[in-house]
Amino acid sequence: MTSAPPAHRADPGAAPGGAAEPAVEVVDLVKRYPRSPRNAVDGISFAVRPGEVLGLLGPNGAGKTTTVGVLTTRVRASSGSARVGGVDVRRDPSEARRRLAVVPQRPNLDRVLTARQNLVFSAGYHGVRRAERHRRADELLERFGLGDRGGDKVDKYSGGQAQRLMIARALMHDPQVLFLDEPSTGLDPQARLFVWERVAELSAAGTTVVLTTHDMDEAEEVCDRVGVVDHGELLALDTPAALVAEHSSGGSIEVVVTPPDGARRPRGSEEADDVGTAVAEATARVRGVTAVDRLPGPAPTSRLRLSVDGDPAAHLAPVAEAVSATGALITDVRLGRPDLEDVFLALTGRELR
Amino acid sequence: MSGDRSTRGAGTASTSTLTPALMILWRDLFVTWREMPAFLAQVLLQPVFLLFVFGQVLGSLGFLQEGYAELLFPGIVALTAFLTALQTTALPLVIDFSFSKEIEDRLLAPTPTTAVALEKMAFSTLRALVASAAMFPLGVWILGGIPWEAGALGWVVLFVVLGALTGAAGGLTLGTLVPPSKINIVFALVLTPLLFTGAAQYPWASLEVLPWFQVVTALNPLTYVSEGLRGSLLPATPHVPAWVCVLALLGFLALLTATGIRGFLRRALD
Repeated sequence: MTSAPPAHRADPGAAPGGAAEPAVEVVDLVKRYPRSPRNAVDGISFAVRPGEVLGLLGPNGAGKTTTVGVLTTRVRASSGSARVGGVDVRRDPSEARRRLAVVPQRPNLDRVLTARQNLVFSAGYHGVRRAERHRRADELLERFGLGDRGGDKVDKYSGGQAQRLMIARALMHDPQVLFLDEPSTGLDPQARLFVWERVAELSAAGTTVVLTTHDMDEAEEVCDRVGVVDHGELLALDTPAALVAEHSSGGSIEVVVTPPDGARRPRGSEEADDVGTAVAEATARVRGVTAVDRLPGPAPTSRLRLSVDGDPAAHLAPVAEAVSATGALITDVRLGRPDLEDVFLALTGRELR
Repeated sequence: MSGDRSTRGAGTASTSTLTPALMILWRDLFVTWREMPAFLAQVLLQPVFLLFVFGQVLGSLGFLQEGYAELLFPGIVALTAFLTALQTTALPLVIDFSFSKEIEDRLLAPTPTTAVALEKMAFSTLRALVASAAMFPLGVWILGGIPWEAGALGWVVLFVVLGALTGAAGGLTLGTLVPPSKINIVFALVLTPLLFTGAAQYPWASLEVLPWFQVVTALNPLTYVSEGLRGSLLPATPHVPAWVCVLALLGFLALLTATGIRGFLRRALD
């Protein structure tokens, strides 16, 4: 079979910036599995720029993995189109596979082979020449901290090591687009950080990365843009900062206050409540504070949570001023910055997890 | 091919769509080669015991007619070719698709998914050919001699290859059709009847006395491998004509390959 069709024709109106052809492009993608009452993917469209890291954020069963499945030629779309590296994945799946690589959620390493053989054979399947695949295997084993483990059978590998090896394997044929399905699920914090650093490196070197996650920190740390997916729909797609700015109402400031020095009275007195009430009234008048909630706290202290517009740090000084005007002392402060969790809550009405 | 990426992926330019499939075949052969003794034990134990008990032991005890071992040998070679290919294809596929998912990296190779399915068949066929070839020296050793005809070699090779291919196609069908939870029961229900209704232990023509059984055996592809080989090695024994065997095997091969590839695509793509 010759994969001759000019797969690289730019689709007018597809690239949002109008500049380079998108590395990944999904248009009105729908997938309904047989005998399923609803669409697993229900009309998703997005485009990913070359070198960008895009995260699809959503709970399990939201349609993220199915979307990646279509893009990686393992799932047949019911309708709509998907292109990777300019190649229509349905029309020419072989050619698309040349340009992409997948790191799946569950380990699928070749267990009868050693780590190094896993890399070398995978490159062979992709037609990388012999000398080149041996060179790359050594280089990637080294880069992924497995330089001394190359000769081990992979069933001796820990979860984190297997994950690193799978990423190394995915890079053996130098793909244009790397798909990572829940890359840090089940990894310890150190291994997670390692994966995140490698993703940042790849992106810097020009590889496009599409990852799925239900981990807010991962989406925020690693991704240039995040798409919030729920019930098969893409609810929003933007940079983490822009999503937070647009979809969350604001942050919070939590303060713990005690009555003025010397006014301390025996346990059970009304003094603490008086202080709490005074502080609540004073801070409620501060500009930008939208609500004040009293939280339970040990006497004689009072805990209050102030909801604020925008960045809570900007409101800290006036709030502190208002508190000290009452004579109370601040013993603890905690800023609650708005994050993707708030975005998800605002978009879906549910918590993610 | 991937010419739009001149600066990167430099090592991947020279590939045809056949390269990935050949590399996958090389991987399977590489793994088999490393486990050669285990592989031979696995595929040869059953035919060797059949030959030994039915050809040697029962003969020595005087329960068998003169010449039965000669009738048996071509059938055992047929059985080895057919069942080795069938099992080598079916069992790993069931495991790959359900538990280990190891096949996923090969499904991501830049080659049509059908080529991956055909590679599975090619690999099983090669293994079956090695196992069948080993039966000849083993037959000489166990039985003290095997039937042979001048000029039979071409026919023997043809029937062994056709038998192995048909077995591999049957394995592809079975391995992709059967849900993993049922694999034990299906193998028990399929393999044993295949083993005993394939004219391996008796010439088909002699079943005239059991017409219903003759009809049943006619539905087993193994029958045509056994009869083809028996006709080649023992032309004097009544046998199904070679051309009938070849046509029947080609028919089974086409049918089972089609169903096997359909099953493979169904399992490989959601």
